[in-house]
Amino acid sequence: MIFDGFLLQILMGTLVTIKVALCAAVFGIVVGLIGASLESIQNRWLRYTAAGIIFIIRGLPELLVLFFIYFGAAIILSKIFHHYIDVSAFAAGVIALGLIFGSYASQVFRGAFLAIEPGQTEAGKAMGFTQFQIFTRIQLPQAWRHAIPGLGNLWLVLLKDTAIVTLIGLADMMNQAKIAASTTHQPFTFYLIAACIYLFITSLSQKVINFFTIRANRYIHT
Amino acid sequence: MMNFMDYLPQLASGLSITLLLMIASVGTGLLLAILMTICSYSDKWIVRKCINLIVFFIRGTPLLVQIFLIYYGMGQFEWIRSSSLWFILREPMACAIIALSLNSACYTTIILQGGIQSVPKNEIAACHAIGMPKWLAFRRIIFPRAFRLAIPAYSNEVIIILKGTSLASTITLLDLMGVTQQLISQTYATIEFYIIAGIIYLLLNAVITGVFMALIKWSAITGKASQ
Repeated sequence: MIFDGFLLQILMGTLVTIKVALCAAVFGIVVGLIGASLESIQNRWLRYTAAGIIFIIRGLPELLVLFFIYFGAAIILSKIFHHYIDVSAFAAGVIALGLIFGSYASQVFRGAFLAIEPGQTEAGKAMGFTQFQIFTRIQLPQAWRHAIPGLGNLWLVLLKDTAIVTLIGLADMMNQAKIAASTTHQPFTFYLIAACIYLFITSLSQKVINFFTIRANRYIHT
Repeated sequence: MMNFMDYLPQLASGLSITLLLMIASVGTGLLLAILMTICSYSDKWIVRKCINLIVFFIRGTPLLVQIFLIYYGMGQFEWIRSSSLWFILREPMACAIIALSLNSACYTTIILQGGIQSVPKNEIAACHAIGMPKWLAFRRIIFPRAFRLAIPAYSNEVIIILKGTSLASTITLLDLMGVTQQLISQTYATIEFYIIAGIIYLLLNAVITGVFMALIKWSAITGKASQ
């Protein structure tokens, strides 16, 4: 076998990569929704704080955010609890990538909610819907349609950003490719394999996103 | 409490490498992108296909993989190591610039193509009507117009390149991120140095945003809404 069983290792790493990406996306969507609602809230200080945090995270390199959370959190937590606390690389990766995803997603969500005509929520109020019902039954399904293309792009960015978690020692696809590359002295081969797997996952994601975009717009007749 | 001023020279040298990486990649990337955009409108089917393939590959893979492929990957081939190209490809700086500019060129190509598509059709029709040749119309009317439309998206791309330069620290380059890591391993002042690096990156962001705001103002068509 030309790849000496490293292919299996890389595929195992691929699962880790996908797991990190999925967890970060779920966490990021929650962060994004919270961010979007904080940014549209009446209280000025809360609004400015949320906007400030989003601005900072969007402006920093992904690597810096990841390292800050992985190495910085260990120090802060250790100081609080007065003994050494080890932060898991997986958790740090998910939190860092999720925060980055969330800070971009909050803008997508804000735009999506603003795209709904105010008449829709007013109609809901007139029909005697509660605030929660208006949100889940009227706003969310309509905002979803506007948010899908933006979220789809963010998902593709996120997938590619997961490559950096290898730098904090997580055994993801890049890490396995690195091990294979240094053992066999064939870095080009193995990094190319990793690249092709990323290419496959992103292309597949693109197909799924297109499907959902068409599906979310199925009631819209132009 | 230590004095952070002592580390200013190291941080400044890191900053200069980050800036060098960014400016070189933005410049090369933009030139490549313009070339690729022109080629993507070529009459030759094979040229269009090649451009699409390159853009598809680069946009579908992480920047880190591209940097590793160029820096570590090229050494695998004996004929590259023995060729005169090895002079360039063994330098981490050159590899980082190559990877970043290729990456940026592909994203910018998409941005420019989007700009060209949003040039009003009647303006292109007007070029044909007064008998401009295809290339002249592209050079004088379509491209400047498309570039103006693409500036806001392009400013985001430049910020993405700035953030991407931090990955150069993974191939032993001592850019701002690399210097920060080095200083942390010397002083154990983890949080402090990450915050300093973060502030510098944010300031660079602000400068880029300011430059592009000025560019948008400068390039706006005066006396007429650009719609």
